[in-house]
Amino acid sequence: MYIIIVGGGKVGRGAARDLIDMGHEVCVVERDANTAWSINNELGEVALLGDGAEIHVQRAAGMNRADVVVACTGRDQANLAVAQTAQTRFNVAKVIARINDPRNERIFQALGFNYTISATTAIVNAIEQEVSAGLTRLTQLRSTAFVLAEHVIPSLAPCVGCTVRDLDLPPHTVLALILREDDEPEIPGPNSTIHAADVIIAVTQPEHEPALRLALTGES
Amino acid sequence: MRVVIMGCGRLGSTLARELDHEGHDVTVIDIDAAAFNWLEDDFRGATVVGAGEDVEVQEVAGVPRADIFLALANGDNRNAMAVQVAKHIHRASRVVARIYDPERAEVYRQLGINVVNPTTILDQMVREAAFATEEPDRQTR
Repeated sequence: MYIIIVGGGKVGRGAARDLIDMGHEVCVVERDANTAWSINNELGEVALLGDGAEIHVQRAAGMNRADVVVACTGRDQANLAVAQTAQTRFNVAKVIARINDPRNERIFQALGFNYTISATTAIVNAIEQEVSAGLTRLTQLRSTAFVLAEHVIPSLAPCVGCTVRDLDLPPHTVLALILREDDEPEIPGPNSTIHAADVIIAVTQPEHEPALRLALTGES
Repeated sequence: MRVVIMGCGRLGSTLARELDHEGHDVTVIDIDAAAFNWLEDDFRGATVVGAGEDVEVQEVAGVPRADIFLALANGDNRNAMAVQVAKHIHRASRVVARIYDPERAEVYRQLGINVVNPTTILDQMVREAAFATEEPDRQTR
């Protein structure tokens, strides 16, 4: 595939390195001459010097034949501009946008950009996950109303020894995976037994998280 | 009418002053507080310091209740994002963006945004001035 990455900072450069290793054709558009030079030094002649939000630069990068455009500068307004011109002007099939300020997620979603990456949100979620014991929202699944939730079963939880069938699960909730130390992961069926210290990965909706927590841990 | 203007440079401040004098309710947003020096002392409108494309700054500036939102800052990317936040999140009824790059202006027009492109307007005016049939000196004096 031909992939154009706009923004050659840590994120763009890291992505370029991996995608080149995977055998893709990559162009990194970078407006800082020193950064572009250093990318070329490391990865071969892949960097194009210029402002990737400018259409003449996009044309020079061959955006009309790009399969994927990744907008990952440190400025959300630039990423939005790149994403919109890539889609509107060059009909790029897949546009991935990085969001720096989580407050901007709303506008990207409102404009129909479902492939977005928000490092800040990912890090905040990871911190929340480490800080809060028990049930934690892991990841929003694309732009749906569903989230992946992870929970460790406490040894004294009422559900220890019960089967999945016995659990009082809230609506729109499915247990997807049980992870156990010293054992293979199990895709749970109605007859799977819950053990203490099991790690349960569930698909649920944010409003049903409290009920799921109660069902799995006995804690509200 | 309630008008919110993003960008208090030459254009933004001129429009803000004029609309204020005409009796409109004007709020100006600029990322740099020093920009408000462009406004005269008798300016009765409000000023908000912040990034005009920020959804919360727009809320503080009253974009959700405004009749008109004008994005007149210097960057095309910034203006384009700001009018889309105003339109799609705050449901502003009328938005206008200044976009310098003629090609990008065309893209945003396709996306349904009111765009003013100074480059094509000036291009036209400069041509007219340069190739005018009258004596060139008379126009500048």
